[in-house]
Parts: sequence; structure tokens; C-alpha cells
Amino acid sequence: MSEPTIASQVEVRHVEAIVGESPSAEAPQQKPDKADKPRSLWSDAWYDLRRRPLFIVASALIALVLLMVLVPQLFTSADPYYADLARSKQLPSANAWFGYDVQGHDMFSRTIYASRASVIVGLLATLFTVLVGGAAGMISGFYGGLLDAVMSRIADVFFGLPFILGGIIILTTFRSDSPTLAEAMLVLVGTIAMLSWPVAMRITRSAAITVKQQDYVKAARALGASDGRIIVRHMLPNCLAPMMVYATIALGAFIGAEATLSYLGIGLPPGTISWGVMINDAKDYIRVAPHMLIFPAAFLTTTVLAFVMLGDVVRQALDPKLR
Amino acid sequence: MVRYIIRRLLQLIPVFFGTTFLIYYLVWRLPGDPFAAMCGDRGCPPAYVATMRAKFNMDDPILIQYFKYLGKLVQGDFGTTYQGLSVGKQMAMAYPTTVKLAVIALLIEALIGIAAGMYTGLKGGGFLDNLVLISTLFLISLPVFVTGFVLQIVFGFQLGIIDVTVPPSAPIGSLIAPAFALASLSMAYVTRLTRASILENKRADYVRTAVAKGLKPNRVVGVHLLRNSVIPVLTFLGTDLGALMGGAIVTEGIFNIKGIGNLVYRAIFFKESVTVVGVVTLLVVVYLLMNLLVDLLYAVLDPRIRYE
Repeated sequence: MSEPTIASQVEVRHVEAIVGESPSAEAPQQKPDKADKPRSLWSDAWYDLRRRPLFIVASALIALVLLMVLVPQLFTSADPYYADLARSKQLPSANAWFGYDVQGHDMFSRTIYASRASVIVGLLATLFTVLVGGAAGMISGFYGGLLDAVMSRIADVFFGLPFILGGIIILTTFRSDSPTLAEAMLVLVGTIAMLSWPVAMRITRSAAITVKQQDYVKAARALGASDGRIIVRHMLPNCLAPMMVYATIALGAFIGAEATLSYLGIGLPPGTISWGVMINDAKDYIRVAPHMLIFPAAFLTTTVLAFVMLGDVVRQALDPKLR
Repeated sequence: MVRYIIRRLLQLIPVFFGTTFLIYYLVWRLPGDPFAAMCGDRGCPPAYVATMRAKFNMDDPILIQYFKYLGKLVQGDFGTTYQGLSVGKQMAMAYPTTVKLAVIALLIEALIGIAAGMYTGLKGGGFLDNLVLISTLFLISLPVFVTGFVLQIVFGFQLGIIDVTVPPSAPIGSLIAPAFALASLSMAYVTRLTRASILENKRADYVRTAVAKGLKPNRVVGVHLLRNSVIPVLTFLGTDLGALMGGAIVTEGIFNIKGIGNLVYRAIFFKESVTVVGVVTLLVVVYLLMNLLVDLLYAVLDPRIRYE
């Protein structure tokens, strides 16, 4: 994966070997460059990123959240499903740092375990959105003409739907009465992707239109490469940067969207442990038990913030104009 | 320019039909029989159900239903709910509140956003700049229901400064807190947009010329710099007004505001399909027209942009 156009414009600086684990999906997947070669866009961005405090904070937060998703047992030994009505709505104490909810669940344990559903929905929704929107944008940017016009109008139709309103209507139409968790998640992911793919498509499309006119695409065509090969081998790597930035910010936004829809009572079913469902449970008791709202809301906001922050610094690092 | 406007209007047509049909289709295939719970425990008499189904064209294919609906719509008839209430009247009652809320939110985000963006853009760097950048990221990450609840808990329940819920008449004073919750996200975007725009234009030749010919700093910033920097911000605000006019289902729910968002939310849950379709159609039209207006405004404000 090398970017001949941008890399050649970047001044040659001393290149350090990329050491250590990649803390995020954006980290370049390549071996360290040789010292006398100009760095590619990605390794240049990586060089820039490592020096930004915001990037380190964001990656640390994301690492922490991922650890909560993978092994929640590390953080709490309490069972998130064990309820004791005797301790209903008790305030935070040394025994239970975040207090107890209406049913007497341990709030700390529940808040930790809730990261799983929220992050999984966010990740899957981002994946679908980027795949569908990216493929549509790439095709319509590459072929142009009538196909582009038709696909852009279809995207406009979905783009014209307000997010929450559209989400409520799609969800009430497609969800079954007593869905299993997997079903509910799938419907939710589908809904978010259905309403968001036009944005991903627009971003990819405009990147594809720029890239299409580059000399290396013309060269590949002159050498007899097929459309598919040009798209996958030449255009895709060069359209990846704006898609990556969008995906990172969208991941944060989708975790927030899951919470909003679950809060409205139509996202994940009641009984699921997710931040949105917890806030939905809390909303009728905010006067007597504000802790039921504050802690999941704080975790939710921090997680979204981490991804938005990461997307923001990656955008700055990838955009040579902003340096 | 005229050709551009015509082309944009032509582009609106398929989008209008596509979006409204999509909504119509989704809403009318909402699961559940709307007449199941309408007549109490004994169920509705078959004759009544048959009349109602005929009245709402429910036995026609969906495409014909849709065009029959559109035909009435262009005559200004939004239809009636199953209870016989006029949807047009319901919307006329709810819409002023939503517009009021949207305008207040827009003013808040424009005033605070542009001021903060200008300040940080002109100063550039330093503690305050970083503080504003981080707090905008924070605002972007806060889901609106969290902002709403926190405002409600802190200023409503604990300090008692604001009304916890908004009375039906929706006086402007009681709408300020909900408008803040609604505006917070866009406020952050406006700040960042203004800041970036000012930073970019600060080094432009025309600013250097203005300084060189001895204009006062206030005039350079206020007339030359600001006017050029504010163009992208204005277009953002225009698009945002279109979105805000779409009602804020979450904010209106938290503060119990009887606006269009509240109306459509209740309608979805009570399966009042006619109301849902009517409101969404109106919103889509407002949104599309707003976007068109913004595009045209862009051309007027920035003479460098020329459409073929």
C-alpha cells in the first residue's frame, strides 16, 4: 500500500522504525520504510500522530473500552444480572461504587458489562455503512454518467430522512414482537446502516472522482487492467484515508445512536445490558436516583468522545493542509 | 444561474417521491391492526372495519394508495386520523412551537458558536484555543438526551432556575433550556467551522491589503475577514435550520414540549399512520427546500462560485 502522489511531495525526514503494537485500526499495516525513501501518507500520518497528546489519550481510552468489552470480569466481580430488591435505588457506596438501580442490580458491574452490546452494535453498524456506502460511492464515482445519477438520487432519498425519525419508523416496522438479542441487534445495525450509508457514499464518491483522474489510473488502464482491478488495486487504497476518518467518527456516533434509539425504547430490547437501555430505565427516576442516569451516561459519552477524538486527530494527521 | 436552479428543482422531484413513498410504504406496513384496540374489548363490528378500510384505501395496492394520498395532499388535505381528527389542524397546532424552538436553538448556536470560533481563530493556539477545541469535541460526543437530562436535573430539580417541563403555551423563556440541549451539537460544529474558516482567511491577500492600507483592526476583522469567513458557517446554519424544523423527538420528549416531534412520536406508537405520513412528508419538503435555498444562497454570497 503505497501512495505515490502524496508521498512524493512529502519532505524526506528521518524515518524511525514503527515500534510497538498498533493501538488502533488506523495504524499503518506496513513495514518501516527504508531511510532514504519518502514516507507514504500512512507512515507520515503515523509519525505525526504519535506526537499528539490527544491521540494518546484517545487510544488509551479506546484500549480501556475494548478491554471492558472483551474481559469485563477484570473490572468487576459482581454479577450484572443478580438483582436484590432490598437494595433498590441505593446511592453509591463503598460496596457498590455506582450504587444500585431500581431492580437492585449492581450499577458498576452493569455499566461495565453494558459496553459490550453498545460497542458491538457500533462496530457492526460502521462496518455495514462503510461497506455499502463505500462500494456504492466507488462504483458511482468510477463509472459516472447515468449510473451515478441514479445512485446519487437513491442516496438522496435516504439522506432526506431525519435520522431519529427514520430510525423510529424503520425499527417499528421491522422489529418482531419479542426479538432475541441477536435479532434486535441485527435490525438495529441494519437501521443505522440504512440511514447512514449515503454519507459514506458521498465521501467515497468524491474521493473516487478525484483519484480516477490521476495518472496512475490512466496508466493502469493503458496497460489493459480491467475495471475491477483498477477499482480494487489502484483506487481503493487511495480512497481509504477519508473513509477511515469517517469510519472512526461514525463509530463513535453510532454508539451514541444505539443509545438514543434504545433510550427511546425501540433499540435493544429491555433486559439487555446496554448504556441506552440503562438510561431508559433511569429516566423515570432521575429525581430520586440521578446516579442511575449519570454513570451510564458518563461511560457512553467518554466512549463516544474517544472515537470522535481519534477521528479528529487522524483527520488532521492525514490532511497535509492542516499540518 | 437560472439553469442551475431548474436543474436543482428537477433533481428534487425524484427525491421527493422516493422519500415520501419510502415513508408511506414503511408506515402503512407497520405491524399490527390499527382497529384491533379501537372499540374496546368486544372488537369493532365488521361493517365499521370495512368502512374504515375503504376510507383509507387500505384494500388497494400500496402504490395506488400512495398516489391517492398524494392527490389529496396537493389539494392541501392531509387527511384525518382514525378518530376523525384533521391531521392538518394537528400539525398547525404543533408546528409553531417547533419553529419557535428551532429559531431559539439556531440563535444560540449562531451567537455562541461564531463568537467562540472567531475568538479562537483570531488568537490561534494557547490555552483557551485548546480548551475550546476539547470542549467542542466533548459537546459533539454528548448525546442530546444526556444533555437534556443533565440540564433538567441540575437547573430544574436542583437549582430551580428553569421550568422542568414546558407548559403547552410554550413561552420563550421556558424554551431556552431545551433549545440549549438541542443546539449544543451544532454549536460545536459552528465553532469549529468558524475557527477553521477564520484561520484560513486570516492569511489571505485581501486581509493583508486591508491592513496595509491602514484600516483599523476592527474594520479589517468585522468587514473584510468576517464577511468572507462566515459563508460556510451560514450554509451550515441553513441546513441545520432545516434539520431543526424537523422537530426534536428526543428533546421535546424530555421537556414535554408539544411540538411536531412529540406529535409524530405519539402517532408512531398509537399507529396513527395518517399523521405520521403527513408530518414526515411536510418535514421532508421543508428539509429539501432548505437545502436548495442554502445552495442558492451560497452562490449569491460567494461570487467566486459560478454555476454553469
